[in-house]
Amino acid sequence: MKPLVVEKAQAGSWLRKLCQEFDVFGPVETKKGFYNWKRLDGTIVPHIPQGVAKVSIKTFFFPQPEVMFEFDARPTDPEAFRPIEPHCDFNPRVLFGVRPCDARSVALNAMPYREDPYFQRKRKETTIVAFLCEEGCLTCFCTLTGGSPVGIEGADMAVTELETGFFLEPVTEKGLRLLDYEFFRKPTAQEKSIAQERKKGAQKSVEDTASKLRSKDLMDLYNAHFWAAVAESCINCGACTFLCPTCYCFDIQDEALRGKGRRIRYWDSCMFPLFTQHASGHNPRGEKLKRVRNRFMHKLKYFPDRFGPISCVGCGRCVRDCPVNIDIRQVMEGLMEV
Amino acid sequence: MAEEVTMNPYLPYPAVIDAVTVESEDGNLKTFRLVLESRQDREKWNHTPGQFAMLSIAGKGEIPIGIASSPTEKGGLLFTVNRAGVVTTALHKMNVGDPIGVRGPLGNGFPVDTDLRAKNIVIIAGGFAFTTLRATLIYMLEHRQEYGRITVIYGARTPGMLLYKEELRAWQERDDLDVHITVDREAPGWDGLVGFVPTIAGQVCPSPDNSAALICGPPIMIKFTMPPLVKAGWTDSQVYLSLENRMKCGIGICGHCNVGPVYVCKDGPVFTREEVQKLPVEF
Ligand SMILES: Cc1cc2nc3c(=O)[nH]c(=O)nc-3n(C[C@H](O)[C@H](O)[C@H](O)COP(=O)(O)OP(=O)(O)OC[C@H]3O[C@@H](n4cnc5c(N)ncnc54)[C@H](O)[C@@H]3O)c2cc1C
Ligand code: SF4
Ligand code: SF4
Ligand code: FES
Repeated sequence: MKPLVVEKAQAGSWLRKLCQEFDVFGPVETKKGFYNWKRLDGTIVPHIPQGVAKVSIKTFFFPQPEVMFEFDARPTDPEAFRPIEPHCDFNPRVLFGVRPCDARSVALNAMPYREDPYFQRKRKETTIVAFLCEEGCLTCFCTLTGGSPVGIEGADMAVTELETGFFLEPVTEKGLRLLDYEFFRKPTAQEKSIAQERKKGAQKSVEDTASKLRSKDLMDLYNAHFWAAVAESCINCGACTFLCPTCYCFDIQDEALRGKGRRIRYWDSCMFPLFTQHASGHNPRGEKLKRVRNRFMHKLKYFPDRFGPISCVGCGRCVRDCPVNIDIRQVMEGLMEV
Repeated sequence: MAEEVTMNPYLPYPAVIDAVTVESEDGNLKTFRLVLESRQDREKWNHTPGQFAMLSIAGKGEIPIGIASSPTEKGGLLFTVNRAGVVTTALHKMNVGDPIGVRGPLGNGFPVDTDLRAKNIVIIAGGFAFTTLRATLIYMLEHRQEYGRITVIYGARTPGMLLYKEELRAWQERDDLDVHITVDREAPGWDGLVGFVPTIAGQVCPSPDNSAALICGPPIMIKFTMPPLVKAGWTDSQVYLSLENRMKCGIGICGHCNVGPVYVCKDGPVFTREEVQKLPVEF
């Protein structure tokens, strides 16, 4: 698909147009240095900060909570359990200014969620406009995880920021659709080569972490000597799992009020003891060590064994916001040495 | 729209409770017969013994329960439920005619039409874990000529805690079936075997030649049943176990039931002991 350029002076008009047709979201500075995803109204072209927003874009694919269906809860009503699927309660969306790591997380999550109709519908209705990174930030490490600062996996359109414009490369039909307006021109030869050079200059994947970890014996990694040391300081707050774009576990609960009810799902965390507790009281991962180990083993061994890549895009959120400074890079290193 | 609904694996089939049987003397075990409301759903339903389903009670939640009936039985699906927590307690309060949701069949089930064919079968069960093995046994009796010798070893704490009492009696009468029913301790009126399942398994100890053992019960029972079998020459690949873990989605997505890299809900619940031995002990 052919790239186009929009002048920065024109970008506002383009975005306004998009806002009329789609629900457009972008990272907006809500406090100094603190970016969060907000609905855009077309009055501003958001400045896309270096690095990732505080909250990952999983909020758009896994709403908190998500209504799975509704029902009539009166126990004697013959209509009860005639489940009614909720309406698709959102317009087609554009996520503007996603970083390549977050875009890639959607592609990774789509693997386990292949048969999940809620996720798939949202994915179909969402167009991801990814802004390629010029340089990494201090806490991110996409190249260690199989990604790249200029990666386009999971993106529908890739954007390279130029001096006076944006170089737009549609990746999918959905991305192409966003270029269906008058605001664009063909890139000059110089612009093309700038965009090319940017990509060539970007850091390459340093090593294939996933294939190395796949080749290791499962129980050797499970029994590695360092788990106790890693887990010791963890306070099981679950922040890492909630901030992580590729942590996708959920719980399902029923809510009923005055004869009407709904079944909802919402984010859950394998860091919590109740996650695995049986009704009998027995808990297969009752100890903190087992829970911490499960989070890392899932990302770095179980997921790659099943699907290929590791379930981490190196966004660095868990590293940045863990209150006790647990660092997945150290765990990766440790596992590679087993 | 209608098409999308049938493709959503989270939507239960509407069903109704058709019969309730109190199984145990303490009243904590009941068998529910459920009938799917739509004929289309009934015709589509097809399960393998050892599979489970998610039972839905509107406003209370959803729980995984093993299917206690064989696909060869007509007239409804059977589920034997132990009263444990929120949802099972709500279910125990329900009556004939009450609406319920059923999602499934889920999981893999026992390989009754493949690996178990032409084998001598040993069924070993303790407590209310007998449910899916009942389904398996009924299925095998319907296709009796497909299997070799069939031995059943089943135990409960007391005679009053034994499930499916009438069927047990009928099975004991059959001469194409070797049935050993035991209770933990002597009890008034009980003239059958007394002793724990592992002990009886050790005494009966069927030969491992061309055989497969299907074992369901509390972890402690499984643990102590293995040594006598191993002593008699059984190997881990001949032993089938059904695992249990907390579940939510039942289709390998929500992450609740994993044992290392496998999901009990999707890859199991039935595994050979050989497979289980390669996994972390997280069940
Ligand atoms: C494959 C499989 C087959 C089963 N077959 C049977 C059966 O035939 N008969 C029977 O009585 N029980 C069976 N169980 C156990 C049964 O699912 C639990 O006793 C039941 O979920 C407890 O729910 P509750 O709401 O009453 O308990 P609560 O403690 O209130 O549980 C809350 C929720 O946690 C989950 N949960 C808690 N314990 C378990 C558990 N042990 N297994 C799975 N999910 C759990 C459920 O989603 C439940 O709704 C089976 C479990 C599995 C995994
Ligand atoms: S594990 Fe940490 S670095 Fe990796 S994707 Fe999740 S939050 Fe980002
Ligand atoms: S953020 Fe840190 S302390 Fe909190 S659960 Fe994750 S690893 Fe443990
Ligand atoms: S119950 Fe959700 S993954 Fe098994």
